[in-house]
Formats: sequence, C-alpha cells, structure tokens
Amino acid sequence: MAVTGVLRPGHVALRVLDLDDSVRFYRDVMGLIETGRDALGRVYLKAWDERDHNSVLLRQADVAGMDALAFKVRDARTLERFGARLQEYGVATERVPRGEMLETGERLRFVIPTGHTIELYAEKTDVGNGRPYLNPEPWLPNLKGIAPVRFDHALLYGCDVDGSRALFEDVLDFALVERVLMADDRTDLAVFLSCSNKAHDIALVRHDEDDKLHHISFLLESWEQVVRAGDILALNAVPLDIGPTRHGVTRGATIYAFDRSGNRFETFCGGYEYYPDMQPLVWTSDEAGPAIFFHDRRLNDRFLSVVT
Amino acid sequence: MTTTPPTPPPAVPTDFVVRLRGSALHFRCAPDTSLLDASAALGALGLRVGCRGGGCGVCRVQIDSGRVRTGRMSRAHVDETGHAAGLVLACRAYPLSDLTLSPAGKTTTQPGACP
Amino acid sequence: MNIETPPVAAEHPVMRAGHVQLRVHDLDESLHFYTQVLGLVETGRDAEQRLYLKGWDERDHASLVLRRAKEPGLDLLGFKLRSEAALQRLHDALRAADVDCRRIAAGELLHTGERLRFDIASGHTIELYAQKVELGNGLPFDDPPAWHDAGERGAGVSRFDHAVLYGPGLQQVHKLFGEVLGFHLSERILEADARDNFALWLSTSSKPADVVFVRHPTRGRLHRLAFRVESAEQVLRAADVFSMNRTQIDVGPLRDPVARRVSVQAFDPSGNRVEVFCGGYDSHPDATPLTWSWKRAGAPMALRDQRARERLFPELT
Repeated sequence: MAVTGVLRPGHVALRVLDLDDSVRFYRDVMGLIETGRDALGRVYLKAWDERDHNSVLLRQADVAGMDALAFKVRDARTLERFGARLQEYGVATERVPRGEMLETGERLRFVIPTGHTIELYAEKTDVGNGRPYLNPEPWLPNLKGIAPVRFDHALLYGCDVDGSRALFEDVLDFALVERVLMADDRTDLAVFLSCSNKAHDIALVRHDEDDKLHHISFLLESWEQVVRAGDILALNAVPLDIGPTRHGVTRGATIYAFDRSGNRFETFCGGYEYYPDMQPLVWTSDEAGPAIFFHDRRLNDRFLSVVT
Repeated sequence: MTTTPPTPPPAVPTDFVVRLRGSALHFRCAPDTSLLDASAALGALGLRVGCRGGGCGVCRVQIDSGRVRTGRMSRAHVDETGHAAGLVLACRAYPLSDLTLSPAGKTTTQPGACP
Repeated sequence: MNIETPPVAAEHPVMRAGHVQLRVHDLDESLHFYTQVLGLVETGRDAEQRLYLKGWDERDHASLVLRRAKEPGLDLLGFKLRSEAALQRLHDALRAADVDCRRIAAGELLHTGERLRFDIASGHTIELYAQKVELGNGLPFDDPPAWHDAGERGAGVSRFDHAVLYGPGLQQVHKLFGEVLGFHLSERILEADARDNFALWLSTSSKPADVVFVRHPTRGRLHRLAFRVESAEQVLRAADVFSMNRTQIDVGPLRDPVARRVSVQAFDPSGNRVEVFCGGYDSHPDATPLTWSWKRAGAPMALRDQRARERLFPELT
C-alpha cells in the first residue's frame, strides 16, 4: 500500500557496453522478460511478477552506469504536487513527454545533490504478470534463469549525501530507516530511505565521485532462491562480488555480482517491514563491516571503490 | 591403402610472461586469458579485482612494454588518448607478447572521502 | 528389548564415521564454542579430562571428544562397525594387508567398546569399533516429535558427518579404504595433470562421504570437521550465529558443487576448522563416481586455502 505519494522504484535506465550481450544476460541469466524496443534502440525488460510494462531499460553506450532512477507515484495529481514542491525547493525540473519511454506517461526529471538523475511518473501500462487477474495461479512455471519477482531498489554513490537525503525526506516524503556513521560519529556514510513498508527504496553512500551507481537490486522470495541464484550465476561464470551473505543493515540475505558491463547488481531476499513510527537504526563506523557484510564482518575493497 | 604424410602437431600457443614494473613479481598469461584472470596466480599481490566487466576502472594498468588486444572498455576509464598511450583495463586485455605493466587504477578509497 | 544383530554384511562391515578426537587449547573455551555456538550436546567427561559431545540428533554417546593439548589438530578418526565379529574380520584383513593394528581396551573412551587402531599412509590414525552406548537423541523411541529444542541452540547441528583430512599417500589410502575396508568412491577431484587424484570423497554409507582425503605434503593434518544441518536456511542461520559470536568465518555461506553442499566454514577457538553444511544426495556403491577437474574444483579449493593462509590463520591444524 502507498505509505506516501511515491509508491516504489519504478524503473532504472542503465548504460551497457554491448547491448546484445547485455540483453542476453538480463533475459537468460537474470530471467527478466523483454517487453519492447524503441526507435532509439533502447531495450525494455521487467521481472516476471511485475505488472507494469518495464522496470529495466538498457541503452548501449561507451560508459557503463546509470542514466536515471525513476519512481512511480500514486497518480497524476501527486505528480503535479511533487512538481510544485520540487520547484519551491529550488530544484530545476524537466518534463519528459508521455511516450518518450514506451508505455510510460510524462516523467518529471531532476538532478539530486549527489549528481544522480531521478524521475517521477504516474503512469505505466499494466501488462500483467503472466497470470490472469481472475482466479490466478500462485506462480508461473518454466521461468528462465534467476527470475526475481521485482526490481527493488538502487544504491547510489555521491558526495552530498546529506543534500540528497534532505531532498528525498523533505520533498518526496521518504523516511530514514537506517544509517551508517563515519568515524566522527555524526556524519552519515550511508543512509537507507523508504517511501513504503520496505526496509529501503533507495540508499546513498558518501563517495568522492558524484553520479555513481553501486548496485541495482532484484528481490527473491527466499534464501533458497538466493542460493539457487548463486548456482545460476556460477553456472554462467558471472563475476561475483560477494555472497551469498547477510547484510546487517536491513537484514537482507544477498549476492552481489556484476553484469556484462561491470554494473553491480544484487539478488536478495528478506528485510523487514518498516513503519514510519519506527526510529532509525544506527551503525557506528567501527561496525560498518557487519553493517554491510554481516558474516565477514568487514568491508571488502570492492565495496568502496567499484562503481559505474 | 594410401599412406598420408604425417601432419605436424598443431602449434601450441605459448603463455606470455607479464611483469609488474619495478618489482620482481610476474605471472604467465595465455593469449586467451585476461591479464586480470592470470594475475590471480599472484594471490593478494596480484592486480586489483573489480567488476571484471570493463565498467569500473579499478583494474586499469599502463602497458609499459609489449602488445595486447582489448575487448570493450568503458571510455570513462580508458578514453582514446589513454588507450593510445597504453592504458587498458586488465579484465579486458589479452596478451599478444610478453608484457611489462604498472597499475594505473583508482587507489583504495577511504570510506566517505569527499573532495 | 533384544534386537537381533543383522548378519554381518561381508562387503560392508563399516557403517559410518563414528567419532573424532580433537586437540584444543582450552577446554572451557572449546566447550562453550562447541555447545553454545555449534550447538552440540555435552555428554561426558573422563578421568583424563577429555570432553565428550554429540550432535543433538545422534544416538550414540559421543562423536566429538576434546583433549587439551598445545598443538590443535586431530588425534584420530573412528568408524563404527556392524558387529564385534566384523571387528575381528577386519583385524584379520588389515593384518593380511600388512597394516599394523593395535587393540585399545573397551572403556578407554567412555561408553565405547574395544577399538582397533592403525595408522595410514597419509599420517592419520584410524580406529574401528563395534560398540558405543546408545544415549538417544533426547526424543522418545515411541511416538517421537520431529525435533528437539536442543537443535535450536547456536547452529543446532544434527550430527558429525565426516572429516576432511590432508596428507600424502592418497593412492595407498584409497586402496586400503576401498579394498580392505569396503568404502566406495562418490566423487574425486583431479590434479592439474588430470591423471592423479587430488581429493577423494569416500563413503561407507549412503552419504557422499564419511571421510575425505586431500593430497598434501604434510602428514596427518585436519582440514575440517563437517557437521550437518537439514536445510540451507540453517546454514544461513549458522553463519549468522558465527558472526554474532565473533567466530571467525573462513568461507561461505556458499554452494560448493562438490557433493552439492551449501556450507559455511569457521575456526574454533584453537584454530581447528569446522564446517556446517546441508545438501548432498544418496551415494550408492554401484553409481559411477563424479569427477571434478582441477580447474573447476581443485584450484578453487587451493585458492581458498591460500586466502586463509594469507589472513595469517593456519588453514590446517
């Protein structure tokens, strides 16, 4: 249910170095479903259990990384309201016309203090999840690959984490769920924000470069599914970062690995239900290890330095 | 029954020697193996392992001598000028000869360091 | 109640890996680790101050015996036989194979019958025994519930499953275990030369292994003791428990394709490695053994051991 005006992360637009290779990867290994291609050559995919037309957009480019992270909002009126609030806040917004992306309504696009491009939209075509809305079966047999149930969130790296957090909280009504502090016991190294009952819908980590992607995240329904995902990744020689392991923050059980262009992705299960009356959990800098990697209890070199 | 002359055995591709400049460290690398994969033989002393997809730049090296062929690399980390000057991503570079190289990627980042 | 001993199975006298005796630095610290973190049940202490423990779901008195010593490692690995008659037959068979055996009197290990002890080419001490007191698993023999809450303490491992031993002389060991003791090979890892064996998964039951031998130049080393849990969920839980207790995790949780295990490996307070795993399959003597290439399984094992070494922790005790 919508706790705030923003419903959930809606789609992520990724840059890939080889489009065909990447489509094969996201379709056959990740098990996303291709739902369209547009005149600009972008490829649209969604997770099997998502109802909206697309949640991952791939564009061939010279540089890997994320073009934009888009959130779906409750309705057109909410979109207008957010547009006005962004303007009041002093954020320059751009209106991207309906249909610029296939099956997607008008998008409000703006850049946040950490340099990332964020979009809001109210409409995306409901193409269904492969089962009828009348008397549906609980799941689809014969799915290919890892087959996560949805695109869940992204973790973004940039400098002005405080500024971006303030924007999400003050303008978009997100709430702080957990934070990891720096050695001064005051400044945030990482923040985890929710617009729903999920443990996080977006996360930000302080980093010396702006507009960087740490990972996009896909949800699985159980630890057994996470182990299974690990088997599929190993079978396909997908470069592994870490896992299966547990995050201290959000309690998710996860695998980090890299797509064909070096964009990191996560296949995870778990978390907990967040309500806006819950106080944020805090991790001190000496516990940053278990906060991120609960079993190893230390950060690996890649966590802080491998971004696209 | 006709006798065909014996065919010579197929040429076995030789491994090349890759040296890290300014040190005694070296490893062997087959022509179809990336420099990064081959450097795993050095364990903790090998090249830094990042995304292994040509996207993150952490395994960037400067080829000081020798030749390599490369796969797709993110231009954010190796642009045309850099490539011409011998910069490559080790995960996307395959040896065509013996090589000497030096690490040229990001140095290890401190948590939350900002300019 | 008298249950007739089944007739001695001539080809299959050995039932399973039964007990190990492990050297530890400090008994109190080790008792805490093995009971509170790993979740074993303490079942006794003898006049020599050896501690006896078992997995909650094991029925025999003890499968892990802890002895205080300066150097950690494995004293011996014992296998349980079907009967005393089998013990005598195997003594004869070992003698005929030129293996020097000695008899250890009943009761030297608490609640355990006479043992036949011999050393093997890899430098390890092996025992065979037929009798150990059945303590039970804490559940009644009549109309039992499905589990005991002893299984919820720490990692709650159900049983000691097998030991992984490193040493030389793999070929001789394989011959002895195969031809004299009746073990069958479930899986093996090849050396880099793809000719000789690097590791052998030997079974005397329907488990993929009761003992694993891995070729290593140093004699008599223990790589790890493996303890079983019943689901991947419990392996994740074991990893969480290790972390919560600041037990140093070595590897995992991960899927190891060899024997299809999902496993996590960690170090006890003395540096002995333990594994908590689930998974596997029924291994039968008539099935073709699986073979793993050096690249697929041997090299990753060697790399993991190298990484453990690089973390300045002994990978072998």
